[in-house]
Amino acid sequence: MHKKTVAFMLTILILMIACVCRAEMDPPPVGSTFPDIELLKPGNSSELKYLGLAGSGNFKISQIKADVVIIEIFSMYCPYCQGEAPHINNLYAFIENSPIYKNKIKMIGIAINNSLFEAEIFKNKYKVKFPLIPDGDFKLHKTIGQVRTPYFFAVKLADGKAEVIYSRAGVLGDYKAFLEQISKSAWGK
Amino acid sequence: MIRKIILAFFVFFFFVSGAYALSEAYKDNVYNPGVLKPADSVLKVKVGGVAPDFKLKAVSGKTIALKDYFGKKNVVISFVPAAWTPVCSDQWPGYNIIKDIFESHDTVLLGITVDSIPTLFSWTNQMGKLWFEVLSDFWPHGAVAEKFGVLRSDGVSERALFVIDKKGIIRYIDVHDINQRPPLEALVKELGKLK
Repeated sequence: MHKKTVAFMLTILILMIACVCRAEMDPPPVGSTFPDIELLKPGNSSELKYLGLAGSGNFKISQIKADVVIIEIFSMYCPYCQGEAPHINNLYAFIENSPIYKNKIKMIGIAINNSLFEAEIFKNKYKVKFPLIPDGDFKLHKTIGQVRTPYFFAVKLADGKAEVIYSRAGVLGDYKAFLEQISKSAWGK
Repeated sequence: MIRKIILAFFVFFFFVSGAYALSEAYKDNVYNPGVLKPADSVLKVKVGGVAPDFKLKAVSGKTIALKDYFGKKNVVISFVPAAWTPVCSDQWPGYNIIKDIFESHDTVLLGITVDSIPTLFSWTNQMGKLWFEVLSDFWPHGAVAEKFGVLRSDGVSERALFVIDKKGIIRYIDVHDINQRPPLEALVKELGKLK
């Protein structure tokens, strides 16, 4: 085979692999299925009950007992996540006090590159009431495009799948407007 | 042919290299040096030995001398390699939310890099209001890092932690893999051993 042909084919092959890798590294967009990665179950019973889970070991987001799950991707080392924590607590409190959203929408935080100890420090510091799950080895982070923190996903659970209905980097802003958007995406109202 | 393949490889790595658990706080302002040699220096101090004294200017405008804390406070020195790099930018903001843990062990934290004061001012502003002093080991370049034996051959320091007790004795050293953040639990455990 001609040298130029070999070079051309090799170049195309490398670029194709790059494109595939790039596609895998983008955050899951709205309409796609959220990666069904196993996560560590919370250690305390009230958080297990909140998620509709039992026992120890791992769980998948698709197993959470809810219609919609809001997922905050954060790190205890992230200044924006620290600043955002009180607002996220307000969002959680609003949902739990809402007859419309309570039990339908659940929240979890996934602590990227944090140990359980570090996630607990963040939880205690900011008095976070929803479960914070460590992703110390980037297992989940690698499947969601290694997003910066904070990053918010909302997924709609149905038929054992988690469909992404919200995917955005940065702080949430007005949490009531955010909830309205989630509600429209999930239930069309 | 070789040139085309090399170009394709460059494009490949451009496409596949991504952020590394980085905060939105830094936007696109963090320079990623890639994976570095884990350690590149030889320690000049040891656990049980006296910590070498130094005097450095801080971002706060103060001049900080290590000996000022002797007899009063335990000291943790956190050397980080460079401002505006991925792991460093994610390390001190974590320490910033555990002031209570440091205080409960009668310990102060001193952050040191070889960057200049203006650079450190700009960088640490992105972390929020830091409760601990951030010192510049810029000039003579890396002199304090060199005293401890944590100055790398390229002029930045190692990612290193030193725990020094009130008598000025070094109780713990962690010259960590420069590419990774030291686990917080290890440091907190060492603080628990101090009196």
